[in-house]
Amino acid sequence: MINWKEFRQYPSAIAGLIIIASFLAVAIYTMIAIPYSTALELWRGGESVVEGNPRNARPVWVNWFTQDDLPATTVLDSRVEGVAQFEFNDISDDIDEKIITMDFDFQADQFFPELTFFIEADFIEKQPFVEISWITPDGEEIRAGEVTPGSREIYRPTQDERVMRRLDTNTAEVGFFLSPGTLDQPVPQKGTYQVKIAGLLFEEESDFDVKLVMYGAVHGIAGTDHLRRDISVALLWGTPIAMAFGLVAAIAITIANMSIAAVSVWYGGWVDSVIQRVTDVNLILPGLPILILIGTLYSRSIWIILSAVIALGIFGGGIKTYRSIFLQTRELPYIEAAQAYGASSGRIIFRYLIPRIIPLVIPTLVTAVPAFVFTEASLALLGLGDPVLPTWGKVIENARSQGALFNGYYYWMLEPAVLMMLVGVGFSLVGFALDRIFNPKLREI
Amino acid sequence: MAQHTAPATGGSSLADVEKASSKARNETIVRMGKFILRRLLAGIATVTVGVYLTVLIANMGGALDDIRRATIQEGVANFIALQALEDPEIRAMSQEQRNEMIAEQIALQEKRFGLDQPFAIRSFRALGAAMTLNLGFADQMVSDSGSKMVRNIILERLPATLVLFGTAYLLLFFLTLFGGLALSRRYGSWLDKGIIALAPTSAAPSWFYALFLILIFAGILNWLPFGGMVSAPPPPTPWGYAKSLGFHMILPVTAIVINAVFSGIYGQRTFFLAFASEDYVDMAKAKGLSNKAIERRYILRPTLPPIITSFAFVLLSLWGGAIILENVMNWPGLGRTYGQAIGQFDTAVIVSLVVVDAYLLTFTLFILDILYAVVDPRVRVGEGSNGR
Repeated sequence: MINWKEFRQYPSAIAGLIIIASFLAVAIYTMIAIPYSTALELWRGGESVVEGNPRNARPVWVNWFTQDDLPATTVLDSRVEGVAQFEFNDISDDIDEKIITMDFDFQADQFFPELTFFIEADFIEKQPFVEISWITPDGEEIRAGEVTPGSREIYRPTQDERVMRRLDTNTAEVGFFLSPGTLDQPVPQKGTYQVKIAGLLFEEESDFDVKLVMYGAVHGIAGTDHLRRDISVALLWGTPIAMAFGLVAAIAITIANMSIAAVSVWYGGWVDSVIQRVTDVNLILPGLPILILIGTLYSRSIWIILSAVIALGIFGGGIKTYRSIFLQTRELPYIEAAQAYGASSGRIIFRYLIPRIIPLVIPTLVTAVPAFVFTEASLALLGLGDPVLPTWGKVIENARSQGALFNGYYYWMLEPAVLMMLVGVGFSLVGFALDRIFNPKLREI
Repeated sequence: MAQHTAPATGGSSLADVEKASSKARNETIVRMGKFILRRLLAGIATVTVGVYLTVLIANMGGALDDIRRATIQEGVANFIALQALEDPEIRAMSQEQRNEMIAEQIALQEKRFGLDQPFAIRSFRALGAAMTLNLGFADQMVSDSGSKMVRNIILERLPATLVLFGTAYLLLFFLTLFGGLALSRRYGSWLDKGIIALAPTSAAPSWFYALFLILIFAGILNWLPFGGMVSAPPPPTPWGYAKSLGFHMILPVTAIVINAVFSGIYGQRTFFLAFASEDYVDMAKAKGLSNKAIERRYILRPTLPPIITSFAFVLLSLWGGAIILENVMNWPGLGRTYGQAIGQFDTAVIVSLVVVDAYLLTFTLFILDILYAVVDPRVRVGEGSNGR
């Protein structure tokens, strides 16, 4: 039905088609690569899932555009092979010493925003005693803390008064990395750092391991939000949801409008006028407020909202347009011929009338998709987003309620917004080209 | 008009012509009145259906009944407590006796409000209450003046919405009208093609553009405020207040205009082009009339009614985005009230807002219909007076 050769004459349409195809590909990839349950776990799993993520970190690609390199999240885990060197000393009969040394290279131009030691200790009664030293590239050694860890201890040097008294800076994150002599305008020192964690073990079976997480100012391809969640999860999972929502709503409403218009024209008389009046009323109904009502009183599930959107659209404005086209189509000789050979009304409506206007309808359908994607986001912005699923709209809502624009976390708002804009551009370009191909009359004006 | 009816009377004397002319004027007024009345009835019917739908949706969740029961309970409890201050007999009652009395009163009141009746009857009662804007009390929200009446809460915020959207819609109307006219003159130029290419931008709602505008003009450039209606504290002088208001209105109004202006101009331009190719326009050109006169008399006049109709639809489609826009821009109007009511789960306010929205939309369309009647000669003259 679509003349590919003609379609190729519109480079913008090809671009649009590529955009739509990429979104569909991402949608399918996401559903296979990150199954629903995994996505929910990643998005709603709470502290344990996201403890390795920084808070409000920019995406990694920000570094391509900025002069200063922002540090990315660095994790040093002594349990991971090859990360740490171990040294064991016998101090006395029941006291052993375990020294963990970990090196890392630091080349960023800004400080880490957050630095945390996760210490896991095995013991029966007597907890080990752990001493942390921080050795800077120029060889200075900072005593970074003394901890008596429980089985799972979270130690933040910034919150340790004893450590802070030794430093001149406000936070340990700055103090540990400060270039000498730059206290007024702190600049980090580049080079290889060493963390030495020496622990005294008071029991035979006692042991401990350390994970040092230096939270980056940049993290992942999409950055993180205020709850340390990786935004890329929501962006990826938002894609199939947005596509499904937009396409299902657009297709269902178009088919319904088309069928109702055909029935209205074919039967005419009171059927026609009833349908006309219902459409008139439906056009003036405040659509979004009714959706808000449904979202508040019943369910925020995206599928319920989708059904409501479709229900509100069944008697939508499309009926008026299609009706005027059907009114002309009805008079064509082939309809008369169909009637003459005894085709039933149903057959004429669905086999003769509707197929005739499908070329007119497809461009409208394609162009309508983005509007529904935005409808979902609109509801999400009011706090009526799906309670479980991560969607683009909910990311925007989170960003807005956390003052992302005010606080300068532009990426948080821009990423979902740009995705939505791409959806809009893609479908518009294709719809526009299809319109010109199917309805050559438009080319004149 | 006079010529139209004069031949029918076959008038020869001046008095006859005058008589005919005044008769025609009267007929015009009657016709206009009939048209407006018909539109008014249609509008009321639409509001009724819309509000009844709202009542149905709200009632299936039992929300409306809950609201009324809560209102009654609170009222009765307060009443008894007040009575107890004056009436020693009530004061002397034990707690159980008093509770019994309260329960009795509540049952009585519920019967009075018909809550013991079947749903079909109650739904129409609720419809009546909503139609007369008898909106009851909010669950949680309080108006700035301290009232819990939903009507007061809504009335307090209505002006903010009207100021913002009145300005934006007015601006939009004239921008699209004159933009379309200008474009139809330069049909085929790069400007024309550019606007056509930009027409699909209307797929994104106004709040979407507001996000970008805030980012650029408030976040990066720091020229305009992030949101709100006036600076805090509000300037004391009326002039200062108006200045601050205008300053805060720049971003939201721009967002609404960007949202609708391109597709609006595109639509208008197509109207004008279609009408510009009519024979009578060619005739006017042949007569040697100036372009301006042709535009005013032969293009603008016949296109104005369909333009008003299409503008009505633009308004309808803008309304949804407007609710969210107020939330994004922290504009203290009805849309923002939706956001707050949802946040506090105040169903009474949400239901009332939907009702008020139905009224507002219908009222706007009604005004546009009257304008339509004023500019459409068919309505005045009576030919094909069945309107659009």
